[in-house]
Amino acid sequence: MEAATATRETRSMLVNIGPSHPAMHGVIRLVTELEGETVIRTEAEIGYLHRAFEKSCENSTWTQAIPYPDRLNYVSPLINNFGYCAAVEKLLGIETTERCKYIRVLMSEISRITDHLTCIGASAMEVGAMTAFLYFIKAREFLYEIVEEVTGARLTISYRRIGGVKADLPEGFAQKLETALLKVEKELYEVDKLLTRNRIFVDRMRDVGVLTREDALGYSITGPMARASGIDYDVRKAFPYFVYDRTEFDVPLGERGDNYDRYLVRMEEMRQSIRIIRQAMRDMPGGPINVDSSGKVVESFELVDQAKMGKTSGLVNIVTTVEPTLDGSQRPFHDRVMPDEKRVVLPPKEDTYGNIEGLMNHFKLIMDSHGIRPPKGDTYFAVEGANGELGFYIVSDGKDRPYRVRVRPPCFFAMAGLHKMLEGYMVPDIVPTFGSINMIAGELDR
Amino acid sequence: MATAPSEGPGFFTSKLERVIGWARKYSIFQYPFVTACCGMEYMATAASHYDVDRFGAGLPRFSPRQADVLFVVGTISHKIAPVLYRVYEQMCEPKWVVAFGVCTCTGGFYDNYATVQGIDTIIPVDVYIPGCPPRPEAVLDGLMKLQAKIENQKQLL
Repeated sequence: MEAATATRETRSMLVNIGPSHPAMHGVIRLVTELEGETVIRTEAEIGYLHRAFEKSCENSTWTQAIPYPDRLNYVSPLINNFGYCAAVEKLLGIETTERCKYIRVLMSEISRITDHLTCIGASAMEVGAMTAFLYFIKAREFLYEIVEEVTGARLTISYRRIGGVKADLPEGFAQKLETALLKVEKELYEVDKLLTRNRIFVDRMRDVGVLTREDALGYSITGPMARASGIDYDVRKAFPYFVYDRTEFDVPLGERGDNYDRYLVRMEEMRQSIRIIRQAMRDMPGGPINVDSSGKVVESFELVDQAKMGKTSGLVNIVTTVEPTLDGSQRPFHDRVMPDEKRVVLPPKEDTYGNIEGLMNHFKLIMDSHGIRPPKGDTYFAVEGANGELGFYIVSDGKDRPYRVRVRPPCFFAMAGLHKMLEGYMVPDIVPTFGSINMIAGELDR
Repeated sequence: MATAPSEGPGFFTSKLERVIGWARKYSIFQYPFVTACCGMEYMATAASHYDVDRFGAGLPRFSPRQADVLFVVGTISHKIAPVLYRVYEQMCEPKWVVAFGVCTCTGGFYDNYATVQGIDTIIPVDVYIPGCPPRPEAVLDGLMKLQAKIENQKQLL
């Protein structure tokens, strides 16, 4: 009798989720305390992908550090790449050319779309909608082809140079871009039809993983997550950089801050990004092109041979064909996307091969312990990354290597506030919530 | 002169081995150990555009017990290395390992205190796919090399 009336003691259970778990894209470990199937406490352990980003940057020259930011948020590498270089430019006080700014905006927005496509596709797959994943990866493939066309690589692009970009846009780019955008819009429409009013999807996402406005502010969460919670903050609007102040776009806002709102915000941001891309393509100026060339096309090896024989007088004005990886770096294109800054920008290949000033300029920038030397000081530059404010705090001591490169990764703050979105919900809710945060281990652990 | 059964594989066992090798190479159940950037290209390869299912490897299993090829995709830091080793140990024989991306092959350009300089310092590797990250075509090439290896090796019966 006594045993039956005594209150039964319930014990909570500790469950480790990750670091190798199908729903944890990226490596993170969640130590979850469960009571029945309800999550009562959760803690995120990070650091599984610490790759010493900051130390690597400090040990390389300003230019050599460019590939490292690519691999911070590897779903949208172009934005990171631009963020780092723009911070260095701010330190140097360089103004880039108009055309270059438009190219940056264009490429950033393409990257934002690929990021959101991956995020929504993966999180839809995790709640069972495999079709949406396949459609979105297909759409991402169209954009990767465009990115490859411009930068030469699909994913880790290193397209940006300090002062400009690697090369001008290729021939017939506008047409290819428009074709790809139309295809992407079609996929967006299809997935919108599949998911947005899908009963199963809405049931899994609606009112799950709610992040209140206060919590989002308290944990300084930015990006689509904060906007889904109703915070009207977008670096592109608040502190316009490149040419975002001249482009028209809306910042979508959510109301409830749940998974479904985050999904809707991302979907709308993709449409806005397409809008920005179209505007950038329309408004992009041609910029200066040297027209004094004789129109004769010379192969670059021929150029070198002529220079060896001393026939250099006419080389400056010659249009060269260079090897495909350098396509778009010839003088006419070079001047469009690179500012006239000898202390930072490599000369066009005609000058490097053709005259001694160009050659010296080239080697002064390439040689060890010469290179780019920003003045002493520090600067902070933030861009709107796909997950939020992505800031670079850079300290220079006047040498050819950065003294310090510090990143403000948007994911880090989201992970700090993760428990607010998981506690009180059920175990299966962890998966869609975590998917909608779009945690990227590369920028989280650096 | 006929070969005595104890001297080598007879007609029947060698044919059986070939049949098993042929079957095994088209039923690869992979465990994607995805950590970093290469995961994006892994996704691209696995999805419909490049369609890894054409090679009989279209069904990733996220339990090491059900998988027979371990795809190590992305940088392995010293913190995740014990986890990788444990996953490898949990897999049943016969098992193969693919090092996907240059970080897993050699450490890549992360030559620093945090990164394991090639996963072959921890577990044996069958196929290396270099690239940062490798293109899907390179991944498919690596997969075909693995298939050739699976087909031609001595099968554990």
